Amino acid sequence: MTMIAKLCMPALATSVIAAAFLNACGGSSTKPNAIAAPASNVQAIAVNSGPANDYVNGAFTSVKVCVPSSSNCQVIDGILVDTGSYGLRLLSSTGGGALTLPLVNQTSSNGSPIGECAPFVSGLTWGRVATVDITISGEKASGIPVQVIDGSFAALPSECTRFGVPEQETLTGPNGLRANGILGVGPLVQDCGTPCTHTGSGNPGLYYVCAGTTCTVTTVALAQQVQNPVAAFATDNNGVIVQLPSTSTPASSLTGALVFGIGTQTNNAVNNVTVFPINSNIEFNTALSGQTYPAFVDSGSNAYFFLDSSKTSLPDCPDPNASFYCPGSNTSFSANTSASGGSSETVKFTIGNADSMFSDSTAFVFPALGGSNPGIFDWGLPFFFGRNIYTAISGKSTPSGQGPYWAF
Amino acid sequence: MQGRVQSTELAGYTVHELRSATGTTVHEYESSSGTVFAVAWKGPFPPNLEQLLGSQFEQYQEAMKNSPGRTGHGPITIRLPNLVVQLAGHMGDYSGRAYIPDEVPAGTSLESIR
Repeated sequence: MTMIAKLCMPALATSVIAAAFLNACGGSSTKPNAIAAPASNVQAIAVNSGPANDYVNGAFTSVKVCVPSSSNCQVIDGILVDTGSYGLRLLSSTGGGALTLPLVNQTSSNGSPIGECAPFVSGLTWGRVATVDITISGEKASGIPVQVIDGSFAALPSECTRFGVPEQETLTGPNGLRANGILGVGPLVQDCGTPCTHTGSGNPGLYYVCAGTTCTVTTVALAQQVQNPVAAFATDNNGVIVQLPSTSTPASSLTGALVFGIGTQTNNAVNNVTVFPINSNIEFNTALSGQTYPAFVDSGSNAYFFLDSSKTSLPDCPDPNASFYCPGSNTSFSANTSASGGSSETVKFTIGNADSMFSDSTAFVFPALGGSNPGIFDWGLPFFFGRNIYTAISGKSTPSGQGPYWAF
Repeated sequence: MQGRVQSTELAGYTVHELRSATGTTVHEYESSSGTVFAVAWKGPFPPNLEQLLGSQFEQYQEAMKNSPGRTGHGPITIRLPNLVVQLAGHMGDYSGRAYIPDEVPAGTSLESIR
């Protein structure tokens, strides 16, 4: 990595032309942290090293996918449970993933396959869109668009490479997905929404129609976009509860539950939690030391990613773990989460030294893992340890109001 | 990138604000000597980083592809010898910034680059 120096002025010039509500309700009372017993709306999940045997703080589960209205099915495990995205994505066996079932392509009106470039923060997934029936525990979503992650599908279009993050098309390696798929069960329904129904510059370039190996940006109606399968379940379709036990020390694994539905069964009632409505930025707020920041809850982020050394006094680790904090000793914080309507909750957490933690090669569960994220709070998976965290889907009714919201 | 431009002069630098057609806001930080020393963005889709980073894009991408460390998904910081790129957010909510540490005007807090 020998590199220089300047942001390109001409390109930049071209681009130029072109209060936290404290204690209104809630508090830091002891919260319920039950793990639901097996039931038709309960799916077992596990925080472990995942299918690549090296994942840190990842919650995995399995899904059954079928060719629509057939008994031609495959059960795939090692699927990352992600409340920060929307829709199921499966890594093809061509990239070392588990998916071998031949799926039915979604096609354009002239029969060409539809492809998708789905940007995540640290990488993107690329491949065709297929239609499947998804069964998870006793819940089923029929005829749902999913993404088949497959680097051999077609050349990556320029509209996709310009997002600037690497393609994740293999299970292992420097940019490996390290999961056989991603189960996006976040607070929205579609992974793009109305912008992908627009033509012209308002289309963000997530969906493509591919003739041969050449792909061009296309519009895709909401119903054909890759989407949160929970919203399409016949029952228990208004959101999910992620339930994981607490652990005070690093561990090799944790087991918990992904519960479907909020207030739809006796096992998913909204009990003694504070509801935080999600704003149009898909965020709520978090205050630390008198300053308020945007924040979100995301089981697919693998640490407490918050602020930076200037605010936390926690040094970043040296390379190669510079995305994580490496304090000299465990450091405790007390933050205050809040949202419109006056909801508020005190959250206490501790950050330890990532390099020290990682020296134990048998551990893959790290409750004190943190990292920098300037100006933002990303409440990642360690935040879920010892909490029942509710994610209500946009537009869906629950006994505690309409989604989207987080509750904990 | 296209859209409405609004410029605000602050002590030691000017901020140009641009809103893309997909709803993502980009802030460009230009020093009094005319150097763009930082960009920051926030919105429902990632910005065109190739355009924002210009000649640095390929080097940034190479570093990004080789970003090591214990594995998992989360926000990421890429430090090149004279460029820092930080990416954050989740699907539907992307934010980040890139800056040239040596070119940030004295007295300017990195916190203001957002």
